[in-house]
Amino acid sequence: MYTKKVLKHFKHPHNYGKMKNPDGMGKVGNIICGDVMWLYIKVGKTKDDQEFIKDIKFETFGCVAAIAASSIITDLAKGKTLKKVLKTNKDKIVKSLGGLPPVKLHCSVLAIDALKEAIYDYLSKNKKEIPIELRRHHQRIKKEKKLIENKYKEWIKAEERIHKNDKKNQQKK
Amino acid sequence: MIACSLGAKSREIIFTASATESNNTVLKGIAFANKNKGNHIIISSIEHDCVLNSAKWLQSQGFEIEKLPVDKYGLVNLKDVKKAIRENTILISIIHANNEIGTVEPVKEIGKICRENGIYFHTDAAQSFGKIPIDVNEMNIDLLTASSHKMYGPKGAALLFIREGVKIEPLLHGGGQEFGLRSSTVNIPAIVGFAKAVEICQKEIEKETQRLTKLRDQLIKRVLKKVSASYLNGHPKKRLPNNANFWFKFIEGESIVVALDSYGIASSTGSACSSQKLKPSHVLLSCGLKPSQAHGSLRLSLGRWTKEKDIDYVVEILPKIVKKLRKISPFK
Repeated sequence: MYTKKVLKHFKHPHNYGKMKNPDGMGKVGNIICGDVMWLYIKVGKTKDDQEFIKDIKFETFGCVAAIAASSIITDLAKGKTLKKVLKTNKDKIVKSLGGLPPVKLHCSVLAIDALKEAIYDYLSKNKKEIPIELRRHHQRIKKEKKLIENKYKEWIKAEERIHKNDKKNQQKK
Repeated sequence: MIACSLGAKSREIIFTASATESNNTVLKGIAFANKNKGNHIIISSIEHDCVLNSAKWLQSQGFEIEKLPVDKYGLVNLKDVKKAIRENTILISIIHANNEIGTVEPVKEIGKICRENGIYFHTDAAQSFGKIPIDVNEMNIDLLTASSHKMYGPKGAALLFIREGVKIEPLLHGGGQEFGLRSSTVNIPAIVGFAKAVEICQKEIEKETQRLTKLRDQLIKRVLKKVSASYLNGHPKKRLPNNANFWFKFIEGESIVVALDSYGIASSTGSACSSQKLKPSHVLLSCGLKPSQAHGSLRLSLGRWTKEKDIDYVVEILPKIVKKLRKISPFK
């Protein structure tokens, strides 16, 4: 079902884990549907004063494809200028992974969304100019999130209750 | 001999091509043969898809379907059965043992309720036949589905027990094979294989059940102990001897399955990410699991060739995999 490349990235993912004090963070996906991706970036400046991805890390709850897509997008983005990174698309991810099963194509979209959200977060936090396309992209993700939240309101509430209880229990321990 | 293993007469057994076909025949065949008596059918919320979807189709044809809830272990409550019965109830169909979580339902008691109320009782025993003893008379069963390949027989054969006198319409009309209840050329090789599989199971069932139950309990105990934030799905005792089903917090089932596979361990999951559907397993959700919990489920099945050293191996590998996937996960 999965290509060798996908399995390789799944078994030995690159750049995973939390990042302390990231410059930008992208949180996408939804636990109800089964994929959640968090992407952190640190931004640096090249000699000719261009902003680039100095460091990147991910944390993902999800299937094999979601983890592999997270891993490969960190490879694709690391060291590249923001301008260049924003041109990456889902097809690039799918191609770099040697293909994804049709039902898993959304995982590549999720990875792109996470990266773009992280850059959006960085730009808006630093009051920098946000390209119109990126702004539109952000609006779309926000809208989709709302749609899903409305659709699964009851479930999300239940999830939150559970998380709260867990925290309480952990504190008790 | 197959009939004998169920306590039935040979005249009461027909062969079909799959458990899906047997279950379709029961639901649709009973519904249409008895619509003069009523149009109300009761099933559980954790039936196999072939029962659920047959019921859904019957609903579109004007029949009334009532789905009984289950408790957190996946058990149907007898009080709910009694409460759901109406004057126009014609069939109650409850799965004998659930395919995902292995919970064994109180079939004998449900059968008794049906008998007292003059309602046909069907049980889908695809998962349990050959694994735990079944007697259709003792258990008050009127119709029963069982499958060959679930008990080491070849694919392509299944059976349907229909108690003498039960009014049912065939799904397939034609040359009148199987007492006119299932026309089609009989698949002799598969059925002969099925019979042989039944013969072997019958000989070994007592010893094998004991052996597997012991191994299963070991596996469950050790996994729950070695993996933090791990939980058992299904009933701790009232479950198939070959089934263990867990859920692990913070991680997703398909990832666990693929990671285990790379160590040569075959497993499965009720997670949505392994299927074409967006929603996770209806069985786990019916047991009260939240979607994020159901996403982290893992089913491990034991079999005739499972040895204690296999359990040791799984108990060694599984915690490592869970630990690693949790490192990648944002929730911890």
